[in-house]
Amino acid sequence: MLLMLKNRILKGLFSRHIEPDLTAKIDRLGLPAGQAGLELKSLIQNKFRRSLHIRHLDSGSCGACESEIISANNPIYDLQRFGVNFTASPRHADALLVTGPVSKNMLIALKKTYDSMPEPKFVITCGDCALDGGPFKGSYYIEGAVKNILPVALHIPGCPPSPLAIIQALLMLLREKE
Amino acid sequence: MDCTEVITGIKNIFPGFYALSATQAYADEIHIKLRREIFKDTCLALHKVFSSPVAVLFASDERKDAAKFVVNCAFVNLRRGQWVIISTDIPQDAPYFDSLARNIHSVSLFEREVWEMFGLEPKGNPDLRRLRLHDEVCPKGNYPLRKDFHKIQPGDLEDYKFCRVEGLGVFEVPVGPVHAGIIGPGHFRFSVAGEPIINLETRFGFTHRGVEKLFEGRSCFDALQLAECVSGDACFAHSLAFSQAIEKISGVSISKQAAYLRAIFLELERMYNHVNDIGGMAVDVGFSFPSAYASVIKEAILQLNDKLTASRYLKQVNTVGGVLKGLDGAKKNMLRTSFKSIKRDFDELINILYSSVSFMDRVDTTGALRRKTAEGLGVVGLVARSSGVPADLREYFSGVYKEARFKMATEESGDVLARLKVRVAEFKESSRLVEEFTGKLLESQEINIHPELKGGSALGYAEGWRGPVLYWLETDAEGLIQRCKIVDSSFLNWQGLSYAVLGNIIPDFPLCNKSFNLSYSGGDL
Repeated sequence: MLLMLKNRILKGLFSRHIEPDLTAKIDRLGLPAGQAGLELKSLIQNKFRRSLHIRHLDSGSCGACESEIISANNPIYDLQRFGVNFTASPRHADALLVTGPVSKNMLIALKKTYDSMPEPKFVITCGDCALDGGPFKGSYYIEGAVKNILPVALHIPGCPPSPLAIIQALLMLLREKE
Repeated sequence: MDCTEVITGIKNIFPGFYALSATQAYADEIHIKLRREIFKDTCLALHKVFSSPVAVLFASDERKDAAKFVVNCAFVNLRRGQWVIISTDIPQDAPYFDSLARNIHSVSLFEREVWEMFGLEPKGNPDLRRLRLHDEVCPKGNYPLRKDFHKIQPGDLEDYKFCRVEGLGVFEVPVGPVHAGIIGPGHFRFSVAGEPIINLETRFGFTHRGVEKLFEGRSCFDALQLAECVSGDACFAHSLAFSQAIEKISGVSISKQAAYLRAIFLELERMYNHVNDIGGMAVDVGFSFPSAYASVIKEAILQLNDKLTASRYLKQVNTVGGVLKGLDGAKKNMLRTSFKSIKRDFDELINILYSSVSFMDRVDTTGALRRKTAEGLGVVGLVARSSGVPADLREYFSGVYKEARFKMATEESGDVLARLKVRVAEFKESSRLVEEFTGKLLESQEINIHPELKGGSALGYAEGWRGPVLYWLETDAEGLIQRCKIVDSSFLNWQGLSYAVLGNIIPDFPLCNKSFNLSYSGGDL
């Protein structure tokens, strides 16, 4: 089993008509020894007992961030191989991943979702809108900046952030948490 | 058809018609101004003449200069490739107009929007509930698109009134706004008797960000970036419709080269979204292998986009006056090579799906939207074509598509399978078009002209992958935007979904929903 996992991480699943060095890039992720993918995995194994469960919440995003988060779960990036899972219920989640500039209509839902998560929990924001409202800053219907509403542990910048950036940011967060 | 023909057409049905003015504003756009009293009858007449649903009905606030509101109603004449926009003045001290909703259903959402955003009452509309400003959050009496509105004023909050089905054994299943998947927020309320759904009440507005208001006062290049953020998976279609409106106002015609490039990028956007939806339909019946397969194809197209334009979602590719990114020889080769494997993989994907009996059993006859219902609701785009309504702006309006002998895909049955088949046909047609347009590109030609901005108003439109995207823009002499009305096809098509699911079971709802795959943010603005 461990051998299989190791092979998957080292080799990646798909090589066809996808950037050949992409898998290597995911595994490297800016680290010198080519251990980042493994490091992310070991961090998750130690810190979250093999599973970091994330609940995604769209607070008024345009849909591009969602598309990239879904892409991070596709067989090429395969976020799940590091032990990161997206859960259907906030009650099973360790982290809340918020996209969008927080429309006034979503404020209650955002708070309720956070409240129904068990402790310990943390919030990650994804995309420029979630940081400060992004292109929608100054609108009459925007609460803006998730960090003014909930304690945010990490921000993933980009409009939208690429799947690689999402994986990289998660790794950084977990490294810090150690 | 010129102005006189249109007027004769209206007079044949409505003899009392009298226009204050009628102008051929652009080759594809006729503006008719008339008195408020005959607004309703004229619209009903035009609806018959063109057999067109109301493409958009919207208002603008001109109280500062002229002490009035203006209500506009646009119809499309597909056969002649023409838009007719009827407008009427509404004095500010009598803010109402006659509702068309009892005669033309497709207009009812627009009327509610005008009521909610401007406080102009559509007299006779039976349903004046607000679409985007939630009663629990925003007190009544706030009309955000009025020019003197800046901030929500406090007041009494209320609860939203849902349509309820009552009776023995009928129960309600509320879902959302936070859904189980990685998806936008919306509220669905099913009324169910036994297994079948007997009513689906949708409530949206959760992603309302006040986009139309944000456009006001911006310069067009600044606003173009905002247009790309209205609906993230249709960035290019939105920026295209926006820039076309500005180009019409400024009297610019883009180079042939730029027109080809725009068509290429528009089709690339269609391709990655269609394959994504096909995969989504597979995953919603629990068939995960083809869905993984489809996501690999989608990723290949996104990476191709990235290599061609440095943006996976084709952002900052389009501009007013042309495109910013051209395709040189190396990029053309890259595109051709990638397309070879993309097409091969796509055929394989479709093979897997079509040869699975259990998959076909789930999608066949599920979530059927009949043609009559589709036409009555004014459903547009891909959903309409799947129900047998031949409507595709590419077929009727665009020069480069005519040149490439574009073939519109339609299906008759209107079920999930029909929407799947239309997607498959459109994916194949799109890949053919991209290759054909790529072959026609000439490297020498200019791809971007810098237009001189003027004041005026015009309608920009593009057939995005979901359906038509419309941008009505009004600019002042300096080129700053005074009013921007956006219609994403999702806005009208959501009601198609609430009819398509009737009689189906709730477990089939995700499948029906995915086969529509509408944009929450595009509808909520």
